[in-house]
Amino acid sequence: MKFLRMRPGHGEQLIAEGDPAVDADERALVEEFRRQLDAGMWAAVPVRSRTGRREATMVQRFGDIPRDTDRVIFFPRAAGGAS
Amino acid sequence: MIAALIVTAIVAFALMADTTVPAVARRWEGLKARRRAHADGVPAYDPGRERRAEQRARELLRSCVNDEEWEMYRDLGFLRVWGGQAMGPEEGWDLGGAPYAYLVYPHKPIVAYLPQTTQLLNEYCVEFPDDTRPFGSVRLPDSDDVLAKWMALKGDEQRLIASANLHLPGRQVDPRKVARDLWRLRQWERTRMERAARAPREASGQA
Repeated sequence: MKFLRMRPGHGEQLIAEGDPAVDADERALVEEFRRQLDAGMWAAVPVRSRTGRREATMVQRFGDIPRDTDRVIFFPRAAGGAS
Repeated sequence: MIAALIVTAIVAFALMADTTVPAVARRWEGLKARRRAHADGVPAYDPGRERRAEQRARELLRSCVNDEEWEMYRDLGFLRVWGGQAMGPEEGWDLGGAPYAYLVYPHKPIVAYLPQTTQLLNEYCVEFPDDTRPFGSVRLPDSDDVLAKWMALKGDEQRLIASANLHLPGRQVDPRKVARDLWRLRQWERTRMERAARAPREASGQA
């Protein structure tokens, strides 16, 4: 599983990678997941629906990440724009 | 004679000043801002870096959205995302079951509309500012901005809409531009469907 983060001037950056089935990797991924959410990121997982359509699901807990997903994308939390 | 030339020069300078002084002032301010940023340790603006970032962002977008959505963005410069709420984009709405959709532009408000009538509903102004400013800017690459909106609309439409500033149509996105984009979208979809219908016939003709 890869954690990617969108960043200005970069595109996405790989910020963590590991196999959640391995305890040490899972701990590191959980820690990084919390760090990103604490830093104000939103986390999304690209998924496929039953009909094969590409969709996305937002996750707020590490446990919500589908176990078979290969990437989680972090991006800055939405804020109201030009008011 | 000399006096006339001097007067002419002064008049010409005064006329030109209206256009040149603001441009010079803008360049001067830009130069000062770049110097300040450089002094603060922020790397100088690099168009090549921004281009590479956008290229990466486009690849990520392509890998996440459906093929027709990718082609729509590639060809038209925006995405259409269907709304998923039963009654409408916001609480308290009742569109009578009519489907609604959003036009997602890079770094512009999301425009909600009714596809059946092309009536515009609202503009939702939303940004994803990265306060870490790795290169002095909070703005994600264009395609990352579009992907962030797409994922948030698909994954948690209500939360995204609740985070946005709501405006009536036309506040930031010109309704004439939206009308033109909706027309372009219809043409694009028609061409795509015709091509898809032709493909099996051509394949069977070749066989």
